[in-house]
Amino acid sequence: MGNTLIQVKGLKKDFHIGEITVHALRGIDLAIEEGEFIAIMGASGSGKSTMLNILGCLDKPSEGSYLLDGVNIGEQNKDELARLRNNKLGFVFQSYNLLPRTTALENVELPLFYNPKVSTKERRERARAALDAVGLADRMHHMPNQLSGGQQQRVAIARSLVNDPRVILADEATGNLDTRTSYEIMALLQDLNDQGKTIIFVTHEADIARFMKRSVIFKDGHIIRKDAVKNRANALELLEALPVENDEI
Amino acid sequence: MNYINAIRIAVNALKRNKFRAFLTMLGIIIGIASVIAMLAIGQGSKKSIQDEMSEMGTNMIFIMPGDGRPGGIRFSRSEMQSMKLEDVEAIRKSCDAVSAVSPVVNASGQVVKGNNNWPTSVYGVNNEYLGIRKYKIASGRNFSDREIKTYAKVCLIGQTIIDNLFPDGESPIGAVIRFDGIPFKVIGVLQEKGENGMGQDQDDLMIAPYTAIQKRVLAITHIQSIFASAASEELNDKAIEQISEAIRTTHKIRTEEEDDFSVRSQSEIVQTFSSISDIMTVLLGAIASISLLVGGIGIMNIMYVSVTERTREIGLRLSVGGREKDILTQFLIESVLLSVFGGLIGIVFGVLASRGVGSLLGWPVAISTTAIGLAFLVCSAIGIFFGWYPARKAAGLNPIDALRYE
Repeated sequence: MGNTLIQVKGLKKDFHIGEITVHALRGIDLAIEEGEFIAIMGASGSGKSTMLNILGCLDKPSEGSYLLDGVNIGEQNKDELARLRNNKLGFVFQSYNLLPRTTALENVELPLFYNPKVSTKERRERARAALDAVGLADRMHHMPNQLSGGQQQRVAIARSLVNDPRVILADEATGNLDTRTSYEIMALLQDLNDQGKTIIFVTHEADIARFMKRSVIFKDGHIIRKDAVKNRANALELLEALPVENDEI
Repeated sequence: MNYINAIRIAVNALKRNKFRAFLTMLGIIIGIASVIAMLAIGQGSKKSIQDEMSEMGTNMIFIMPGDGRPGGIRFSRSEMQSMKLEDVEAIRKSCDAVSAVSPVVNASGQVVKGNNNWPTSVYGVNNEYLGIRKYKIASGRNFSDREIKTYAKVCLIGQTIIDNLFPDGESPIGAVIRFDGIPFKVIGVLQEKGENGMGQDQDDLMIAPYTAIQKRVLAITHIQSIFASAASEELNDKAIEQISEAIRTTHKIRTEEEDDFSVRSQSEIVQTFSSISDIMTVLLGAIASISLLVGGIGIMNIMYVSVTERTREIGLRLSVGGREKDILTQFLIESVLLSVFGGLIGIVFGVLASRGVGSLLGWPVAISTTAIGLAFLVCSAIGIFFGWYPARKAAGLNPIDALRYE
């Protein structure tokens, strides 16, 4: 297939809490190629969140190597990790994490503020384009509290897209949404994936995982299964099949 | 991240909490305003004292008898009879740094003209006295050497006496007024001088030849004090030295003995008063600075709360590529903006308050640009100083924990 974007080998992560050492990850091998849509699954405490933090360059591995787009993360200092997050990664969180009392447009602009190469004009244009891409062109000047949960998550997705990242990392991105809105978000992500974006999606819901191309299941710090998703669901089709409800404004 | 972006981020963050930003600034506003107003009042009183004192003549020197105890009995200065006319002559002869010198004898009493009377003081002096005290003649003339020699009962009077003895506005020149029953002919009127720095009316006086006062009013042969004028302000110290030397010689004081008189200069008194108002300025400024300090602590407090409240925001900023340095800069700029804007508003209020005190209470105020510049520097420094700890805390947050913070 495509190029290998992420190469993880023998990755371990230990946490020291007082005298106790917690082995959160006990030797992970994983390769993710460009254009993949991969689900990271597992119960609480399985290590999937730790994995996501490391993949997201928020944390460094204790042992083993993690190559992102050819860069060895373990060798980078804090500022270099920040630059990698700024240039190569986009985050989508369960609770959206939008700045309150700040318009959708300004929220989307945020990552570009930390990129000195982007001018004010370009920043605005790219933020508009990203909001357009998630179908919120008419909500640019709304504050988060004027938007529904689904719309807020779309703003968050636009924010993760605005810096044109290599990988989008979603952490339980549909966890706070109802089924219908979840499917809408998944439809958007499937669309983005079809356009070539690599997406890593952490979830514990099998229902959501079936929209992806591949799933990786964590348990006790190990990967216990790596499967291609069989009978991959199409979110748009499922949306149409859902009974019509009046919960969207 | 460039600094324009950093400032933009900080301004946006402050805009999200306008009211809180204003309340935070209020501490600095009040602090800076009160510092400026207090310094203006302090400086103003110092300046007005200096102005009035120098109007009285900064090169004025006065010599008074010291408190001695001839024969074991203690006398007060005014009862001492140690000063003689010979001292005046000695000063005139041997002190080249002295340009004018006059003996002074004075008496208090009631001055009467027709149905009107007024309590005042009469100064028996020679005709150099007016120059020493910087009095000017408004109309009429000064008395002559001949009038001094002949104990002439002539006088010059100040405006306060004219107001009280000649209420109908007739010219006092040539009129005869009685001081303690002794008639004096008015030959001149002094120009109005107003109150001095200590609130004394400088126009409530009568000036006459010392010989007349000695002989006809007090019946004494000694003099009570000597007023002199140094040739210039720079020669003050030299003049004081020469005068001391001259009087020690006429008083036959041996080298090991202490002076039986004291020599003071106007500039010393100006310094004393200036230093008093300097102390007052420092005190007022110190009290006002406390409110500035409280304002600074207010900023630290709010920024600290703000960092805790915005933990998730900080986590988000870190996750989208903000570096520790960027977060530190953002919070420092926020606190500096708060304190600098507060300071600017405070300067405006301080100037307005000073003006208000000046015009409503009639106090002398002097708003100095150095005080304003200093206030501005101080509030920038406060922003950095009190913003540092909260900003450090924000920048030190772990992005993973911060993102999950509830």
